[in-house]
Amino acid sequence: MSEAQPRLRAALSLGVTTLLVLGLVASQWLLGDSAQQMQFDARLAPPSLNHWLGTDALGRELWARTLAGLALSFWVGCLAALLSTLIALSLAALATLSPRLDALVSLVIDTLLSVPHLILLMLIAFALGGGTQAVIIAVAITHWPRLARVLRAELLQLRQAPYVLISQALGKSRWFVLHAHLLPHLIPHCLVGALLLFPHAILHEAALTFLGFGLSPSQPAIGVLLAEAMRYLSGGYWWLGVFPGLALLMMVLSFERLSNHLRRAL
Amino acid sequence: MLEARELSFQFSPGVSLLQAVSLTLSAGQWVGLSGDSGAGKSTLGKLLAGYVTPQAGHISLDGEALPSRGLQPVQWLPQSPELAVNPRWRVGKILREAWAPSNAQCQAFGIQPGWLSRFPHALSGGELQRVCVLRALAPGVRFLIADEISTMLDPITQLELWQALKQEAEKRQLGVLVISHDTALLERLCPQRYHLHDGQLTSWSAE
Amino acid sequence: MLTIDQLSLQLPVYASWWKREWTTCLDKLSLHFSAGEVHAVVGASGAGKSLLAYAMMGLLPTPARLNGQLYYQGSPLDRPRQRQLRGRELALIPQSLNALDPLVRTQRQVAWAAQRSGQPSKSARHAAQLALDHYQLDARAQQAYAHELSGGMARRVLTAMAHVSQAQLVIADEPSVGLDPHQRQRVLAALRELADQGKTVILITHDLRHALPIADRVTIMRHGKQVETAAASAFQGNGDSLTAVYSQALWQALPDNSFSIRGTRKAQQDIQKEANVA
Repeated sequence: MSEAQPRLRAALSLGVTTLLVLGLVASQWLLGDSAQQMQFDARLAPPSLNHWLGTDALGRELWARTLAGLALSFWVGCLAALLSTLIALSLAALATLSPRLDALVSLVIDTLLSVPHLILLMLIAFALGGGTQAVIIAVAITHWPRLARVLRAELLQLRQAPYVLISQALGKSRWFVLHAHLLPHLIPHCLVGALLLFPHAILHEAALTFLGFGLSPSQPAIGVLLAEAMRYLSGGYWWLGVFPGLALLMMVLSFERLSNHLRRAL
Repeated sequence: MLEARELSFQFSPGVSLLQAVSLTLSAGQWVGLSGDSGAGKSTLGKLLAGYVTPQAGHISLDGEALPSRGLQPVQWLPQSPELAVNPRWRVGKILREAWAPSNAQCQAFGIQPGWLSRFPHALSGGELQRVCVLRALAPGVRFLIADEISTMLDPITQLELWQALKQEAEKRQLGVLVISHDTALLERLCPQRYHLHDGQLTSWSAE
Repeated sequence: MLTIDQLSLQLPVYASWWKREWTTCLDKLSLHFSAGEVHAVVGASGAGKSLLAYAMMGLLPTPARLNGQLYYQGSPLDRPRQRQLRGRELALIPQSLNALDPLVRTQRQVAWAAQRSGQPSKSARHAAQLALDHYQLDARAQQAYAHELSGGMARRVLTAMAHVSQAQLVIADEPSVGLDPHQRQRVLAALRELADQGKTVILITHDLRHALPIADRVTIMRHGKQVETAAASAFQGNGDSLTAVYSQALWQALPDNSFSIRGTRKAQQDIQKEANVA
């Protein structure tokens, strides 16, 4: 393609990602409880025509568990990214109200950014007692500062834009200026920000679970699968780690690409 | 009558931009303001429109202070119309932000009906500037501060814009402060002219 | 020196989210710029003046359809040759002052421009010093960063950079915007001087009045088309020696002339007719 078409690419990327997500959601109905069904005659079977991606130590089908794990990661990622964006947006809006609040918000942002993600994640998840909810909250709390910083800078600049000042001089209320001029301008930032957060959230959910601070081992999360796979790696049971890992990578990359394309197109 | 008395303004202590400047603008009067860049022309304009507050002195409209909220009777028109409009709004929505101009008024300013459904970036600077000027002429507006509004325009567009504004101002007895460093333009437009230098106003006439 | 032959440019415009249309921004321009001349290209905003500059420098945005030919000193000027000559033989003084590197002091910035033209670093520094003194940038300005310069100083720094790069063709895009009369005169005088040294200067501006005192020839553009190319001396009196109605109107509308257009309605029709014929 010699003539670059950012919008076409963004649309293609959006289509592919939507298809993946729809397929993932649909597969959960078709799966039923096959992710939990044990087959004691086929434990640790390598990939074959009968067992597409092989089975684990309890004879459970790996493809079913991978799909179920991806779906779980997807929801966790979605909710965490959404929550993060909401926190970022409200704090950025708060920061524009007064210089003092602005200083406070900036301080919180800088403090959070100076602490390594994973340590904070583990502490929060641990304090909340683990489980899906704790992971979502922990990921949301640790991921908003970057976006909040961008949104705050954007809002501060925008409030001094001539058209915003003129709107006030034309007798428009604060509320009108906020929802008619300021917020719509932030929507693309929020959208791209949320999409960029999403793969991060999934990876951190997996990392947290892998380290044992996240979802419970009974749930077929990708992180749980990878943690289990570690135990069997030395026995040469490579498929246990490779397939869930690849699936996670694919999902993360497709969202990363989508957000990059959208950023260019918007 | 818009009256500024003994206005002083400084950005930082010790660096004084305006020193006790007084200026009056009555209904239907056109006043020109020239000066080098950085002399404080724009700041004086913004002070009069209430965008900036002076450190000393005060501005009154018919003896009363400017209203703190609601439609301002003194409207400011900036140099670049591209920054004065929300890029996400269509031109029709921009034009009608404060009031709904009639078709005849649009025609007087040369605003084509076809523009209204377009976005601002699809209009040229001159076309957009006309939209901005008409937008500011809401009923209740009595004074205009035109800060270099035709500097970026070619001579024909500039002429058309001033002709339209002159007509409307005459009809409604608007007072207009024209800020420009183009002295030839000020001579054409304004019977009364001032030059701002070293924070002081001096009156001037054609050489 | 530089010849443009039947140059057309189309750029994509999104009519809606999906519909991409090609609008014609430059329409079959044929121009010749000769050495030792200041050639002003004048037009309203949106006439395609800046795009013409970018086309000559090879700096157009990527999805663009460019037709026609450029010749520099007799041989075709294509993209690779533009890239090779840019900053050496061809220099652009851009409209945006953001073109200066914000992290580099003026003196080094100008020295870099000299180095880019192939001079060894010592003589480049020397040339930079001479140019800075020549454009009356004092010691404080020479040690300043871009944000500490006033608009007029920044333009003179950009002009000094074009000067030391020993470019044979200098394109100045709206060099007088945002400057007060005093500074504007200095910047324009600097351009005139470049031409007097035998270089080709293309002055792109919307400001006919200020271009005239330094220009030898003037090309009037409208909606991407060339309306007229005339000697600067043709713009005098009531503009009767101009051939196109549009250029006459442009001349008469100036505040120092009649500040009116004779028979406005008729003139507009004539301008429209003229555009349709061209």
